[in-house]
Amino acid sequence: MRQIAIKTKIALDTEKIRKDFPILKREIHGKPLVYLDNAATSQKPRQVIEAISNFYEQHNANVHRGVHKLSEEATAAFEGARKKVADFVNAGDVRQIVFTRNATEAINLVAYSWGRKNIKKGDEILLTQMEHHSNLVPWQILAKEVGAKLKFIPINENGELRVHSSELGKYITPKTKLVAITHVSNVLGTINPIKQTISNIRDLRSDIRVLIDAAQAVPHMIVSIQNIRPDFYVFTGHKMLGPTGIGVLYAKKELLEDMDPFLSGGDMILEVDWERSSWNYIPWKFEAGTPDVAGAIGLGAAVDYLNSLGMKNVREHEKELTLYALEKLSKVKNLVIYGSKDIEKRSGVISFNIINNKGRVAIHPHDLASILDAEGIAIRSGHHCAQPLMEVLGIPAAARISFHAYNTKEEIDKLIPAIEKAKKIFEA
Amino acid sequence: MDEQLYRETLLEVFRNPENRGKIDSPDLEAKAVNPLCGDEVLLQIRLSDKQLIKKAVFSGNGCAISQASASLLAKHIEGKKLIETQKLDVSDILELIGINPTPSRLKCALLSLEVLTEAIKNGSKSKSR
Repeated sequence: MRQIAIKTKIALDTEKIRKDFPILKREIHGKPLVYLDNAATSQKPRQVIEAISNFYEQHNANVHRGVHKLSEEATAAFEGARKKVADFVNAGDVRQIVFTRNATEAINLVAYSWGRKNIKKGDEILLTQMEHHSNLVPWQILAKEVGAKLKFIPINENGELRVHSSELGKYITPKTKLVAITHVSNVLGTINPIKQTISNIRDLRSDIRVLIDAAQAVPHMIVSIQNIRPDFYVFTGHKMLGPTGIGVLYAKKELLEDMDPFLSGGDMILEVDWERSSWNYIPWKFEAGTPDVAGAIGLGAAVDYLNSLGMKNVREHEKELTLYALEKLSKVKNLVIYGSKDIEKRSGVISFNIINNKGRVAIHPHDLASILDAEGIAIRSGHHCAQPLMEVLGIPAAARISFHAYNTKEEIDKLIPAIEKAKKIFEA
Repeated sequence: MDEQLYRETLLEVFRNPENRGKIDSPDLEAKAVNPLCGDEVLLQIRLSDKQLIKKAVFSGNGCAISQASASLLAKHIEGKKLIETQKLDVSDILELIGINPTPSRLKCALLSLEVLTEAIKNGSKSKSR
């Protein structure tokens, strides 16, 4: 007989990890900081902060230009960071990794450089009801400009996408040119079955391009682009313990080769004549001007740090916290949790509201967040840049907690009485 | 701190707001939404022939601060000359609501003032037409 109850060992040594994050020593309104807003941005470990200051103190120079020592060091560090990122998401050829400012800019780059060339009047772009504004608005603008149409894959009552092969056929038409889907919902925490979905899409129509918004995925789980096989895959540094100002676009080599530049100027050219210029090789063709060298190096350090934790352990740790939080929150009277109950389909993101007996929101999430803030607890409140999804859920806004490697069960234990305090203040 | 933000008097206004409602064919009206949190306030005003605010009502939904602030402002401007209300500023609103919100929540408190300014502007536009 197989042993069923195998006690899982604690995935991460949070006590040790927390010492790496200087900000976690801070007090907020006289109380120790409980940071539960990681889906908005994560905190940064000392190793990342030091990598950035070390670059400025020891190696600062512009990249790809000078022949002097510092420029060579800076270039090696910058391109080394690109390699780290490529390996982290198993992207294969490192030339398929383009540095951008953030995930939003990466999507805009695709909409501008690929979209304007390939999406024509009458074509369809298929999105989902759970997209962040960043994977919606660029397509709205493109669609309006070229006369294309947007369609949306709906979610079911568990906050999961209706992407079974039988259902997908309803949304994919001969006019569909692009499908753009989030890997993990920033509101519901749903982990979408994107590998299967991409494969289902290709079974229906092999020439459709697929973009995956992985801003909420890459920071929290093992990702293998060569396994998922998307055409475009975007994410951002600041949610994965890295600095702000650096994001990533992965795109298949042949697509990047075929695309025109996004921004133009220095560094993205091979030769410049008075009348015309030829474009640099990929990925530099898409990196006009001096890039965020320190940001890329900081992101490389974040990747090193995450690798030292092990992404499997990060996911296990967050799963454990999420299960614990779901259990605790579900015991709070009049608290409603949105999204899937299946932990395998859910990341460390939990959106919720305090409702009254008529099912309406009893404490506005902003009021709740302000009361929690007074207890030192940072959560997100509002529409989470997903207003259409809020409409689907039938709520004006929601409160959201989200975890990373340094969060603990003790922090969740502090959250619950703080929510009860808010309920008392609002008599909810 | 929170007790400061959510003083009982403010919560009482939020729970039982005065001047909440709608009126038919108001002389002035405006609606504003706080994009941060989706707070929504519609302010409607009825004037007497002497540009006196005879009635002011608000409707909408949102956080306690935005809704209480709208209620208190609507009540405050009733019976005042329209021209007087144009002078109202941030400090007047803070005095009305009796709290000093954090910078991010100040927007919630000031939504009502924004709507009032907009309503007056709309009014003068329609008159000049």
